[in-house]
Amino acid sequence: MKWVGLIAVLFTGGLLLSAMDDFPKWGDAHSPANASPVSQYYIEKTIEDSGVPNMVTAVLADYRGYDTMFETVVVLIAGIAIMAILRVMNQIPGGARPSPRHEIGDHHDIIIGTTCRLLIPVLQLFALYVIAHGHHSPGGGFQGGVILGASFILTAIAQGLDPALERLPEKSYVKLAFAGVVIYSGFGVMCLLLGENFLDYGVLHVLLPGIDAAEARSHSMLGVEVGVAFTVSAIMFAIYANLASKGELEGGL
Amino acid sequence: MIWQFDIILLIFLVVTAVISLRVKDLLAASMVFGTYSFLICLLWAGMGAVDVAFTEATVGAGISAVILIATVYNTRRDSSD
Repeated sequence: MKWVGLIAVLFTGGLLLSAMDDFPKWGDAHSPANASPVSQYYIEKTIEDSGVPNMVTAVLADYRGYDTMFETVVVLIAGIAIMAILRVMNQIPGGARPSPRHEIGDHHDIIIGTTCRLLIPVLQLFALYVIAHGHHSPGGGFQGGVILGASFILTAIAQGLDPALERLPEKSYVKLAFAGVVIYSGFGVMCLLLGENFLDYGVLHVLLPGIDAAEARSHSMLGVEVGVAFTVSAIMFAIYANLASKGELEGGL
Repeated sequence: MIWQFDIILLIFLVVTAVISLRVKDLLAASMVFGTYSFLICLLWAGMGAVDVAFTEATVGAGISAVILIATVYNTRRDSSD
């Protein structure tokens, strides 16, 4: 059986390697990805449409806003599914496999505690910068949200899961996660109410006096990135807290 | 992109991929997997895809390694295959 697997892997690998030859060269201006009218439009018109220098964020949050909205929903659903599966497995007798409890170190190590106390505020500040500056430099809601969630996970690792859950209890992180999706879709619904298409932010300039449609797009991108960051950070912490404690939310690593 | 640098990164990439598949200790495998993600992140950054590199660094090298380690601690540490 191993031989069959090896032959299949070698055959597929050889096929993929030979197909590599047909790929366009890296950075080729005539490759389909670069030469299609759609990418041409993004590259030439992003500054004109929204004044956002980072066109990756412009594509993610504006031109393809639907994609990002439902990606956020996918993250939310994944987190809820992990919570639900762990809880259900705990309730079925014999469902969760009994595992040897590993020796958990005490969480009062002064070096780790002090380092984390110094590190976590910097980490959270950097996360907010990444979220807020996502449409001007690399970054955005997903990355910033993950860093923000990682700062809470660092709290949980350094001080134990219980102090971390005191700061961000389950009720709060579930609410935060849903609030993110509500913020994102709220921007879409506002556009609908003002008589435009869903997530067509240009029309929102009537709500903020003194700015034009391009600026309204730029500010709305920031708004939806904040929504993405809410959901992602809350769900990242939720996944860690539930996995580390087998869904019981106490003890943990 | 400097091709010598690329070659070194790609060699390390294959080495870490093989190690994380072959090693019996799942905790070690998760950590090597984090290294693999970080090497991919460097490759993305070298190709100028900075946003993708940033996501790979935070999600791949950061969170997913932590989540894998949290899972390993609550299951078994040694792999059966």
